[in-house]
Amino acid sequence: MVKVEGLDKLMAEHPFFQGMDEASRKTLSGCARNERFDDGDYIAHEGKAAERFYFIRSGTVALEFHMQGQDGLIIETLHDGDVFGWSWMVPPYEWAYDIRAVGLTRVISLEATCLRKKLKKDNALGFELYSRFVPVMAKRLYSARQQLTDMYGKS
Amino acid sequence: MSTSDSSQVHVSQARVIEATRLDSLVKALRKSGYTTIGPKARDGAVVLEKFSSADELPLGLVDDQQPGAYRLSKAKKPAYFDFTHGAQTWKRYLFPPKEKLWTAQKTAAGFEVQAEVDAPKYAFIGVRACELAAIQIQDKVFVDGEHTATGYKARRDKALIVALNCRRAGGTCFCTSMDTGPKVKDGFDLALTELTTKDSHTFLVEAGSERGEKILARLDGRLATGDDLKAAKKAVNKAAKSMGRDMPKDAAKVLADNLESPRWQEIAKRCLDCANCTMVCPTCFCNTTTDTTSLDGQTSERWRQWDSCFTLDFSYIHGGAIRRDGAQRYRQWMSHKLSTWHDQFGVSGCVGCGRCITWCPVGIDITAEVRAMAPKTK
Amino acid sequence: MSTQPKPDPMTPVPFTIVRRRQELKDTFTVELTPASANRFAFQPGQFNMLYAFGVGEVPISISGDPGNPEKLVHTVRNVGAVTDALSKLKKGAEIGVRGPFGSPWPIVEAEGNDVVIVAGGIGLAPLRPAIEHVLANRSKYGRFVILYGARSPADVLYMKQLQNWRGRLDTYVDVTVDHAGRDWAGNVGVVTRLIGRANFDTHHVKVFICGPELMMRFTIKELSDQGVSKDDIYVSMERNMKCAIGHCGHCQFGGHFICKDGPVFPYARIESLMQVRGM
Repeated sequence: MVKVEGLDKLMAEHPFFQGMDEASRKTLSGCARNERFDDGDYIAHEGKAAERFYFIRSGTVALEFHMQGQDGLIIETLHDGDVFGWSWMVPPYEWAYDIRAVGLTRVISLEATCLRKKLKKDNALGFELYSRFVPVMAKRLYSARQQLTDMYGKS
Repeated sequence: MSTSDSSQVHVSQARVIEATRLDSLVKALRKSGYTTIGPKARDGAVVLEKFSSADELPLGLVDDQQPGAYRLSKAKKPAYFDFTHGAQTWKRYLFPPKEKLWTAQKTAAGFEVQAEVDAPKYAFIGVRACELAAIQIQDKVFVDGEHTATGYKARRDKALIVALNCRRAGGTCFCTSMDTGPKVKDGFDLALTELTTKDSHTFLVEAGSERGEKILARLDGRLATGDDLKAAKKAVNKAAKSMGRDMPKDAAKVLADNLESPRWQEIAKRCLDCANCTMVCPTCFCNTTTDTTSLDGQTSERWRQWDSCFTLDFSYIHGGAIRRDGAQRYRQWMSHKLSTWHDQFGVSGCVGCGRCITWCPVGIDITAEVRAMAPKTK
Repeated sequence: MSTQPKPDPMTPVPFTIVRRRQELKDTFTVELTPASANRFAFQPGQFNMLYAFGVGEVPISISGDPGNPEKLVHTVRNVGAVTDALSKLKKGAEIGVRGPFGSPWPIVEAEGNDVVIVAGGIGLAPLRPAIEHVLANRSKYGRFVILYGARSPADVLYMKQLQNWRGRLDTYVDVTVDHAGRDWAGNVGVVTRLIGRANFDTHHVKVFICGPELMMRFTIKELSDQGVSKDDIYVSMERNMKCAIGHCGHCQFGGHFICKDGPVFPYARIESLMQVRGM
């Protein structure tokens, strides 16, 4: 079990927190824990309560839509340095996809209730978090739209 | 015109023949094996067709050309060449609307291909300076590049050109601003300038090549005098001074800088996509290849035929046409003709003949459109 | 420049199919042998006009090894009447060939630099000769990166070769698909996402991109965002083609004839044109 000081160091190494002031980061690390998933482990299921915010340190996760009577359809894979699970920010705080680990994956996760409490108390902290997060979402939306064009399909 | 200036290699003296003896030129060419092509009046317009005698030429006709309008009428003074030109150009002979490239025959192993070239020996009579410039431009496209169009080159090498110096500007002409006329510069075998006075009707005939020299020697004309040369110069200058429009000198840059001008949409509201401009333009060279197969599937032919960038499927690739909109197609034609042609071939694609203006059913005038696109241009 | 004597550029020469393989559901590869000469020299990035007797011609990139000119290889996607006719031809049948035409990938200018290949869909076929050339002259280049995106795992072209290239210790290969099922353990996502994870020197690199025009646009944007200069990015463009020798006007893109000024262009030269709708 990694100590809190150790967690703060791990978070500092993750690209998402680059440039964040130490105080804010330390506050957030209070909600953090280091996690590991093995190949095939489901980290989340579509529709279930989204209680954690994830930062991939190493490994790969697949975002899937489950299909009745078929294997799930993978729509994106995320890798080292990526962030996932922002449904905790948006009511009703439920996962939008299944998330499955592909290969051994290590993540830092932040607990949602803890986070929401801290952000309510400290708006500046909220700004730090959201201002880092919006560009990530913008890039992901853009990538998703590129995928939507089905550009390799027969035109 | 003095024979000592210009790029002429040949220094023979110009001669003057009676207009009534014009037919001797036609006969001399036919005797040398040329199929003579020249202007004739048919269906109310001047066309370019095979002819065998000078009395088939449109003597005494003059044209009135305006944007979207063309009329032939009887001239006050009967001359052979006072009309300027019609809808057709010499490209229909050097670069025919339909040309067979090859025939393929099925064999046991697969197939065999036999190329074909149709290259009659043409003599063109009455090639205006703008038209000659246009032929030289098509040479750059079909002969001077990395690849040569075999049929075009064969016909071009054989073709004998009897040019005609205009003494009258047509209603839509602007060759002076394109630096292509009205006087022919080079590349001709013979050049005629029609001279009419109260009591004479003659042609000044100059040779521009060895071939032309030989023909000239067979005509019974007298040597040209200084007065003849002066009269010819005066006549041609009259044409040069009576142009009704001009192309702005910076047309190439204006178009390159205005690819997204709202003016294109404005033009597209008028343009019918009829492709007339591309068919009457003497330099337009777009063409397509089509394959036809015999009913028994044993023989297939490859044909090349005229095409136009105004057709919707001209730019079609899987997925659809690139230029789906009339404005985009019009822009393609005009910016190619007046702008990118320079990058491709080192010269403008336009020779200032004005046909596109005359034969456009809605009278779109490319000189006016260039001005409209850059209002500050003089 | 071809080493063959110059035949009439509009007359196809019959070549015999010596091998044919189905690559994907709608894509096949033919290996042709020249009937007369015994080699067909070409540069990576060039294309031929392939003629199906009685049906017509299509421009198809040459996708074989330029260091092995005894084999003329073409990978063709079945999208229309002519490619459909070609797809039905068996070993021993003849295909008419005119070419090679067009501008090549700048494999000589790229020497001394890292080389990044970004291919999408069938776009891997015109890039394969460049890949073969770099691998055959590996020491002349810096890092070598191959990034490939396809629609789904069933649409990944040259899968075996991608795996072979990946297996080399001196080559980085990453493949992604737009969507997949569970049996795909690789990346899912748009090909541009692979660029940030690849390791190359953005200041000393040449990037060759080939794929649908939309994919090339996205890729160029990502590369530019990552600091790659427009002068170091090369794309292979496509337009309607009939003659392939600059005589018919169909393939014009602005003032460029795709058949002779392209299909390979440095992006810097065509950047402004790519942004104009309906160019």
